[in-house]
Amino acid sequence: MRDTRTKSTKRRKRVRSYPIIVLTSIYLALFIAMLGYISHYSLTHKQEFINNEHNTRQKILLKQNQRGKILSRDGDILAYSEKNEDGKEVRVYPYSNEFSHVVGYVSKGKAGIEGFSNYYLINTNLDLSKKVAYDAKGQKYPADNVKTTLDVHLQEVAYSALSSRKGAVVVSDPKTGEILAMVSKPDFDPNTLEQEWDQLIQDKSPDAKLLNRATQGKYPPGSTFKIVTALGYLREHPTDYMNYRFSCGGRFDYEGNTISCYHGEKHGNIDLETSFAKSCNSSFANIGVGLKSETFDYVLGNLMFNEELPLDFCRSAVSSSSYPKDGNPNSVMQLSIGQGKTSISPEHLNMITCAVANDGILMKPYVVSEVKSEDGKEIKKFAPEEYKRLMSDDEAKILRGMMEQVVQKGTASKLKGLSYTAAGKTGSAEFNDTKDSHAWFTGFAPADDPQVCVTIIVEEAGSGGSYAVPIAKRVFDAYFGVE
Amino acid sequence: MELYVTEISKYVIASLLFLYTVMAFLAFKYRSREARTNIYATQIVLMFLIQLACFVQIIARTGKVLYLFFFAFQIVVFSAVLMLFYFIYPDGNRLIINNCCLLLMIGVIILTRLSYDKAVKQFVIVAVSFLIGFFIPEMIFRFNFLKRFTWIYAGVGIAAIGVVLILGATINGSKLNYAIAGVSFQPSEFVKVLFLFFLSGAFYKAKGFVDLMIASAVAALHVIILVLSKDLGSALIFFMLYLALIYISTENVGFFILGLGFATLASAISYKLFSHIQVRVHAWMDPFSDITGTGYQLSQSLFGISSGGLFGLGLYGGSPKSIPFVETDFIFSAIAEEMGILFSVLMILVCLSTFLLIMQEGYYIHDKFYRMIICGIGISFIFQTFLTIGGGAKFIPLTGVTLPLISYGGSSVLVTIVMIMIVEGICMIGSDERYEEYLEERRRYERKRNRYERYEDEEY
Repeated sequence: MRDTRTKSTKRRKRVRSYPIIVLTSIYLALFIAMLGYISHYSLTHKQEFINNEHNTRQKILLKQNQRGKILSRDGDILAYSEKNEDGKEVRVYPYSNEFSHVVGYVSKGKAGIEGFSNYYLINTNLDLSKKVAYDAKGQKYPADNVKTTLDVHLQEVAYSALSSRKGAVVVSDPKTGEILAMVSKPDFDPNTLEQEWDQLIQDKSPDAKLLNRATQGKYPPGSTFKIVTALGYLREHPTDYMNYRFSCGGRFDYEGNTISCYHGEKHGNIDLETSFAKSCNSSFANIGVGLKSETFDYVLGNLMFNEELPLDFCRSAVSSSSYPKDGNPNSVMQLSIGQGKTSISPEHLNMITCAVANDGILMKPYVVSEVKSEDGKEIKKFAPEEYKRLMSDDEAKILRGMMEQVVQKGTASKLKGLSYTAAGKTGSAEFNDTKDSHAWFTGFAPADDPQVCVTIIVEEAGSGGSYAVPIAKRVFDAYFGVE
Repeated sequence: MELYVTEISKYVIASLLFLYTVMAFLAFKYRSREARTNIYATQIVLMFLIQLACFVQIIARTGKVLYLFFFAFQIVVFSAVLMLFYFIYPDGNRLIINNCCLLLMIGVIILTRLSYDKAVKQFVIVAVSFLIGFFIPEMIFRFNFLKRFTWIYAGVGIAAIGVVLILGATINGSKLNYAIAGVSFQPSEFVKVLFLFFLSGAFYKAKGFVDLMIASAVAALHVIILVLSKDLGSALIFFMLYLALIYISTENVGFFILGLGFATLASAISYKLFSHIQVRVHAWMDPFSDITGTGYQLSQSLFGISSGGLFGLGLYGGSPKSIPFVETDFIFSAIAEEMGILFSVLMILVCLSTFLLIMQEGYYIHDKFYRMIICGIGISFIFQTFLTIGGGAKFIPLTGVTLPLISYGGSSVLVTIVMIMIVEGICMIGSDERYEEYLEERRRYERKRNRYERYEDEEY
């Protein structure tokens, strides 16, 4: 009697149908995955989608809001929108050509900061009550304003220092990654872009004005690449690098190949520091053939060659450089002095220099610091962000010392004896057999506590020491206020 | 003023739906009728408040007084449905009918914004569907003989979709509709109900493996016809129905796993064979690579979903009309854009709670035939929801099915309401079973007591 009773209660408690539980759980799991996916996907792709040219929602926003302003770090207006005589909304760039590449344009496609921060520039976070007030006046709502890290004074100095030359200047703060100035020449006037557009895009020559040479230019790095080769040597000789000696007779022969020093100059008996300061090609070719291919490729990987740079505010070129697969000694020697197949963009060289200046750590470069609504509310703030360590603290320190010697006793002596102590590396990159070389300089100041990094390229000018260093001096002077 | 109304109502609508959803899930916790009754009453109030807030927004934006009448008319019809249901079927599941009305309301609201004419048409179909639907629970409850027409269901079903396939082939078009007196019907929707009854009947009566295989072959014939008619969405739903029901009927997980394996194989083969399937898969993986062509629908849908943010752009604030077929296949994107991600997620949760309720009813019912029918309806409802939303949000490839109860489409709405009413009828059978069980228990108890008393009498 008792037995049957416990059996019957058991039967009542048993699961009636496993399949229903299984099926229900499967569908529940599917839906939870889908809900997570939808929420995450839609919220993270919002900005990207609104910028898509096939997305009509942008038109709604433009109809409703007046495009926001782009401001310099001190609040100077770099771009704003206003109604012209015909009642049509136009974009005005008060500094016309000076900021053309970095600020960019919106009239024909989008480029530069105009493109990067388009989402913020067309959305508004105005208070409801203020919106109502604009409604009452029959005006559009002013969209949010974008504040940049750009310094108008530095930009103007760099712009005028480059004068009518082709080339680029990048000025940045190594401690934060802020871009203080970015100039590329030849340039264009964004105010009249629409009228000149057809002509501008037809120009596919090296003189193309729309190209932002600072980030998209691919130049042979020339002697500035010796920073990389030197770093490779430091990796293989972390403790005895100071014992390096080389006797320079103006040329270096190795297995039937020859590398000559600039203008055949003889540097005599030199150590690593002096080889670097005097930019001795022979000595660096000698170092290069002594390095292991793995060391070279490892250093190149650390320094972000052959990969996309962490730049989100503009289009950028991928710098390329690699140890020759066949180990061809001529190619290795060319690589060691930054000639041959190696290419780099000025912005990339600036980033490497920043890492040297900032104890080996690269701060992610950024140009938009803040988004504020027209009534002053902070919408978004972009804080300095560590990207990654490119080299060790010690390596950076040794390289800094070597770069200081370039100024003290080497090729950048035009920066010597100033109220600040600068450091850097020059370069004179040969890009073909006949013409003059590209003049490079990349460096920072003050040498013991770097606050500003400057990278300059002047196309087809001559030696870095004669043509790029003076521009660096003007920028440093402007930065430290000693004009 | 208009701005205040539209901006504030956005948050009000989302909060109201949030409360509604919380209650939809709370109802699972309370088994007692009184506690549930309070929840249901609150839900009904919330439902009408959501509708009110949406219409305030619509009228503030458009300034059309005409819409006010439409709104009033809807209140009358929906409250009539809810009240009538309560009086006619006090034993029915009220949470399911509440959820159903809420989803229908959301559908009519977003359709009003997209196309007033279509909204009115949809609303008339909803009203008529309920009129028909009210007889169904009673029919299911009384007509036990419905179990017996197994092969008639299959015959009629195959004939209906077969004719579409043949006619479609001769006039070179897919997804043909029957049009009777100006109202067009999508036969696959109706055949879905027949298919469900056929499968449940066949599995219910199946005595062995052979019977199961015969039923499976006939089911496969349905699916093949649908695939050949290029109605992939329906084919998938039919297949998932079959899979669920054979699993529930045999309680053998082997069939389920085998079926899933077979489905994977079949999709791989059809991917190789049919170019239109390849196009869809490519468009799913990267809609932006061919944004002006095959990827257009999906990328527009994604633009819509992502542009709303948490609280949406407000009704009439976005541009959902840039999405092709927005009223049918992509209605979810329109809702996400203008009413926000939060609202859409809550709405999906309401769909899920409906599904859970249906499966719960199926779990407690003893009669295996009705268990299969009700679970089949649950699966078909939730899987179709999954296909539409997942397809429009790039979670799975697009299949082109409608969102049950929300999308525009007469056949879809009618069939879904009929299915919900079948669920209600089966709920009544369930309560009846439980009542019988209770009576049985009491009778047993009384018999036992009588016997005990008799023993006592004998002792004395």
